[in-house]
Amino acid sequence: MATARKTDARRFRIKSANAARRTRSPRAARRSPLATVALIAIGLLFTGGAYAAFNASSSDSGAVAASQESVERGEKLFAANCATCHGLALQGTEAGPTLIGVGAAAVDFQVGTGRMPLQNQSPQAPVKPVQFTDSDVDALAAYVSSISPGPSVPDSEYLDAAGDATRGAELFRINCAMCHNVAGAGGALTEGKYAPALTGVTEKHIYEAMLTGPQNMPVFNDANLTPEDKRDIITSLKYLENNPSPGGFELGSLGPVAEGLFAWIFGLGAIIALAVWLTARAN
Amino acid sequence: MANEEGGTGLVPADASVSHGRDVSAGTAVVQRDLAQNPGLPPHRPRTTDLDPKADKRSERGVSLLFYLSIVGSIGAIVSYFALPIVPDDPASVRLNTLFIGLSIALALLSIGIGAVHWGKALMADHEGIDIRHPTRGTDATRERAVEIFREADQESGFNRRKLLRNSLFGAFIAFPLPAIFLFRDLAPADNDPAELLRHTMWEEGVRLTRDPEGTPIKASDVTLGSAFHVIPEGLNETEHKLEEKAKAAVLLMRLKPEDLNVSPGREDWNYQGIVAYSKICTHVGCPVALYEQQTHHLLCPCHQSQFDIKNEAEVIFGPAKRPLPQLPITIDADGYLVARRDFTEPVGPSFWERGEYEQ
Repeated sequence: MATARKTDARRFRIKSANAARRTRSPRAARRSPLATVALIAIGLLFTGGAYAAFNASSSDSGAVAASQESVERGEKLFAANCATCHGLALQGTEAGPTLIGVGAAAVDFQVGTGRMPLQNQSPQAPVKPVQFTDSDVDALAAYVSSISPGPSVPDSEYLDAAGDATRGAELFRINCAMCHNVAGAGGALTEGKYAPALTGVTEKHIYEAMLTGPQNMPVFNDANLTPEDKRDIITSLKYLENNPSPGGFELGSLGPVAEGLFAWIFGLGAIIALAVWLTARAN
Repeated sequence: MANEEGGTGLVPADASVSHGRDVSAGTAVVQRDLAQNPGLPPHRPRTTDLDPKADKRSERGVSLLFYLSIVGSIGAIVSYFALPIVPDDPASVRLNTLFIGLSIALALLSIGIGAVHWGKALMADHEGIDIRHPTRGTDATRERAVEIFREADQESGFNRRKLLRNSLFGAFIAFPLPAIFLFRDLAPADNDPAELLRHTMWEEGVRLTRDPEGTPIKASDVTLGSAFHVIPEGLNETEHKLEEKAKAAVLLMRLKPEDLNVSPGREDWNYQGIVAYSKICTHVGCPVALYEQQTHHLLCPCHQSQFDIKNEAEVIFGPAKRPLPQLPITIDADGYLVARRDFTEPVGPSFWERGEYEQ
C-alpha cells in the first residue's frame, strides 16, 4: 500500500513537473527522467516482494505439516548444498558426520545460525550470515527428520523466557557456566575450539543447542534438563542480557584479565600522569 | 700537592673538597677529576610572579576548584536521595553507586588538585638548601648511652642472675608455640583430616543423582554425547553439604563402548560405555567439567590441564600429574545408576599423607 501511494506521488510529480517547468528551478526539472527509472525499480521491488511474501506464507503452512512438497524441496536443497560432506543418504563422509538421528532441531540450529554450510574445515564452525531463507531451513529440517527421526524444533511455549530466572541461573552455573562463562560471555576450549558467547542468540537456538549438543558441546537431553529446566535457563540468560549489570562497566564480562588490564592501563596511567604533573615546575 | 701522591689519580676526600660543616671525611677518597657540583639552575620567575593578572587568574582557578568540591559533596548527598537503591532493580544499584562515587571523586579530587595548583602557582617560590645534619651523636651522648645500659644491667641483675635471664628466654621461645598449634583447628576436630580426604560419600549402592535437585538417573537417560553433573544421593540432606560436594562431585558421560580403553581390573567400572569421573582436578582441585563430546577431552579451566576420557582420564596436557579418579558404577534393580564402591584413591590434589592410601 505504501509503495502504491509513493508511485502515485511520483506520477503526480512527473505531470506537475511538465506543467510547472517554467516556474520550477532547473534542478527540479532534471529529476523527471530519473523518476521513470525509480518507477521501474519500485514496480520490480513490489512484484518481487509480493512474490516472496506469497512464497513464504505458502511454505510456512507446508513446513508445519512437514508436507511431502516441503520434504521434496528439502531433498533438492540437501543434495545441492549438504550432500558433498554429509553424503546423499545422510550417512556421512570423511569430511562430515552422519546426520542420521540428528533431527530437525540440529538442522534448524546449524543452518539457522549460519554455521552450516561449513565455510572451511576448521576446529569449529563459526557463526556467519545465514545462507538460506527460513522456509529453506524448514524444508531441509523436514527432509532430514523424514529420513530418520530425531529431536524436533522446540515448542514456542518453552521459548517465552518467562520461567524462573533464579532457578535457571543455578542450572546454568552447574551445567553451562564452566564453558560459556558465568555471564554467558563465552570462553576458550582446546586447540582453537571455543564456547561461543550467548548474548544475542535467539531463544529457539539456545534451546536447540542444549537439545542437540552441536559440535563439541555435550547433549542435554530432556531426561537431563527437562523442557521446563531449559525454559528457566533461557529465562536467566535473557534476564542477564536485558538488564544492565549492577556493577557498571562489564568489560566484556571476561573477568580478571579484562579488569586487570583496565586497572593497569588506566589506573596506573592516571597515577603516572598525576606524578608527572605534581613534580613539574609551574611556568 | 695532590700530584706528589703518585699517579693513582686518587686524593683523600678532605684534601680538596669541603663538606661545609666540620664533618670528617674519614678515609673516603674521591677521584681527582670529580665533576664539580653545578649548583642550582638560575631562578626562573613564574608567570604568576610577573603578571598580576595571571596571579589573579590562578587564584580564581583554585577557588573555583574548591567550590567545585563543595558542589561534589552536595551532589553526593543529593544523589543518595534522588537515586535510591530499589530492591530487585539492578539498574538502580548502578545509578546509585555511579553518581555517589562520581560526586565524591569530584569533591576529593578538586580539593587535591586545587591545593597542588595553589602550591605550585601561588605560594612563595624560592629555592632553599637544607644541609643534612650528621647522624653521629656527640661523644658525650654516646658515652652516656653506654652508661645507661650498664647501669640498667647492674640494677636489674640481667647478666648476674643467670637463672632468671635464661628462664625469661625460655618463656619468650615458648610463647609463639600455641599460635602454631591453633592451625590444627583449620581441619575438623573430631576426625583425622587425612582420613576425611580419603573417603567421599560414595559407597556401594549409592545412587548417582542430578546436581542440584538430587533426582536419580536411569542408564537409558544418558544418551551418547551427554554430560550429567552428578552428586551422590542424600547429599542435600547432609550437614556439611558443600564439604561433601567438594569431594564427591562427579561428571557422568556416555561414550561408545568401543571408544573406551579399559585397563585390566576396571572392566566392570563402566556401564555400557557410561563412565563417571571425579570432577575435582588432581592439580589444585578446580572443578574439571569442560567436556568436549567429540574429542572426549576434559579441560580444567584454571590451569588448562586436559584429561582424555577415552584413556581413563589420562593427563594429556597441563600441570596435573595424576588422572582423574574413576567412580566404579553399575545399575540397581530399578535401572538407576549406582556406585559400586567409593573411589579407589583419594580425589583431588595431593596432600601430605596421600601416599599411604595409594593402591
